[in-house]
Amino acid sequence: MSNSPIFRVEDFGVSFSQYKKGTERTELHVITNLDIELYSGKILAVVGSSGSGKSLLAHAIMGILPYNATVYGNMYYEGKLINKEDIIKLRGQTISLIPQSVNYLDPLLKVGKQVETSLRFSGKSKEEKKKLVIEVFEKYGLKPEVYDYYPHQLSGGMARRVLLSTATLANSKIIIADEPTPGLDEASLEEVLTDFRRITDEGAAVLMITHDINAAKKIADNIAIFYAGSTLEVAKIEEMSGDGSKLRHPYTKALLAAMPDNEFKPIPGVQPMPGDLRDGCLFYERCPICTDICKTDRPSLQTLREGKVRCHHAT
Amino acid sequence: MLNSKSAVSYASKKLLRLVILYLAVMILTFTLVQMSPIDPVTAYVGTSTKVGAEQRALIAEKWGLNEPPLTRFFSWFTNMIQGDWGESFIYRRPVMDVIGQKFGSSVALMVVAWFLSGIIGFALGILAGVKKGKLADKLITGYCHILISTPTFWLGILVIIVFCVNLGWFPVGLSVPIGTLASEVSIMDKISHMILPALTLSVVGIASICLHTREKTIEIMESDYVLFAHARGESNYSIIRKHLLRNVSLPAITVQFLSFSELFGGAVFVEQVFSYPGLGNAAVLAGLRGDMPLLMGITLISVLFVFVGNAIADILYFVIDPRIREGAHEK
Repeated sequence: MSNSPIFRVEDFGVSFSQYKKGTERTELHVITNLDIELYSGKILAVVGSSGSGKSLLAHAIMGILPYNATVYGNMYYEGKLINKEDIIKLRGQTISLIPQSVNYLDPLLKVGKQVETSLRFSGKSKEEKKKLVIEVFEKYGLKPEVYDYYPHQLSGGMARRVLLSTATLANSKIIIADEPTPGLDEASLEEVLTDFRRITDEGAAVLMITHDINAAKKIADNIAIFYAGSTLEVAKIEEMSGDGSKLRHPYTKALLAAMPDNEFKPIPGVQPMPGDLRDGCLFYERCPICTDICKTDRPSLQTLREGKVRCHHAT
Repeated sequence: MLNSKSAVSYASKKLLRLVILYLAVMILTFTLVQMSPIDPVTAYVGTSTKVGAEQRALIAEKWGLNEPPLTRFFSWFTNMIQGDWGESFIYRRPVMDVIGQKFGSSVALMVVAWFLSGIIGFALGILAGVKKGKLADKLITGYCHILISTPTFWLGILVIIVFCVNLGWFPVGLSVPIGTLASEVSIMDKISHMILPALTLSVVGIASICLHTREKTIEIMESDYVLFAHARGESNYSIIRKHLLRNVSLPAITVQFLSFSELFGGAVFVEQVFSYPGLGNAAVLAGLRGDMPLLMGITLISVLFVFVGNAIADILYFVIDPRIREGAHEK
């Protein structure tokens, strides 16, 4: 992680305002202290269990959270602090979201037409745009006929590649992929992962949100571990193997140990619910090395052995 | 995509349904009329005492009223399918002629009301849905709820009081000015007589299409594909034009064609209130005066009318929605 990140999210938080009783409002904090850095040509896999705030992160970056959500923290693009208006200008072109499923395509519009939206600022003629779309389709192994398909005619793997084409055509420098792997058979999974690797090798910075650690291990460069809406550790992907001795945070080590290929040994307890986020370390109740300070002070993210960790006792 | 083979099988299925529907409605209509207390002979000759009991018996004999119900049904049925719909007691003319004439003036009324309610309701529904929770939305939904809970005939009376009596902008009733020769009635006369009934009739339709469109608009604006469109930097205007209009028009068109039955029902009230000589008015008259041939004829025509509305809704869905088109293809 020597060169500077193209995109950085710092001390990020998301909360939702809700009506509790009658007109009494409460703020429900779903993400707190979330930090990530993206580098050109690298894939950062963000892993975490359900409810850890993975998809919200993607939506928060793109500025598409519901109206009752508030976003805190800072975002930097190429080292410059950016605000909501900047994101609105960047999204869809410089920053692309690759959503989870075919439901994110308009059911009544031809697939090709929808992908073409990425080219609306290119000033090219209709025929040229269509040609470009078909070229990208061919690159991802999609037949030219797919241009005239409707979304319901796409298989899971085809849908992922169509969605990926939108980012490719926009020539996006930053790609945020929200759960690109679920529901794919082994062969399609391999192909989709290869496609992601290829777009990264062509220079894009990719944030891959997933709960599939094995898929992440196949293509990612770095891995960020989410827990209850905050980043606990950022590690190199190679460190996420073996006995986990190179890992920094007790949760990451426990996660590795819980995987079927390793000891398949779960740790007791559950992740704290949103709205129940305490002052201290979010993990202390389940932590084997917890001390008094962990119960009162939230640790900050510190750099350790070229990675990052949020723990008072990290070694 | 639509090949001729599937179109033929689709049309034949529809036709079969229409035939079955007609059989059922004819049996039901016949049974109901049989059970009604109306004596066809009295309805025909009137209550005058000039026609004696002997002559009444002769008429009944000639009409076959003494035959068993099943025999009578079959003779009625064969006459109907041969195009002999009998003669109206009130108008003393063949039922087909009466219906043809009345239907003409009703259709003008209903078409205007149908387009008005469709266009206004659709536009208001989209506006309310896009501005969900804002003032515009509250005003529109409030307006719709008031309209939907207002009886048509009452609204008609109110409209007459305000626009005809107080303001004097429009004639009070009928479809042409009283005391004018048919040849002297101008198109403007006809239009000015039609505006108020058409507006009143459209009002009920506006509320249902508007609320339905609003509901769908909200659903679509919260859908994943609109979310993705936002994430791709598409403007609100482009989202409404490209994604919303297409997706929302499908259910709206269906609702609008399915509203044919309400349109017909509404026309009965509106024509009555405005003394507009259309099919609805004729239906009420036929019912009150025991004009069985006309009443049965109007029943059967209204069945066709509503059926056609529903069939058009189905076919349009088929043409517009690629998913349904595909489904029919696979079968």
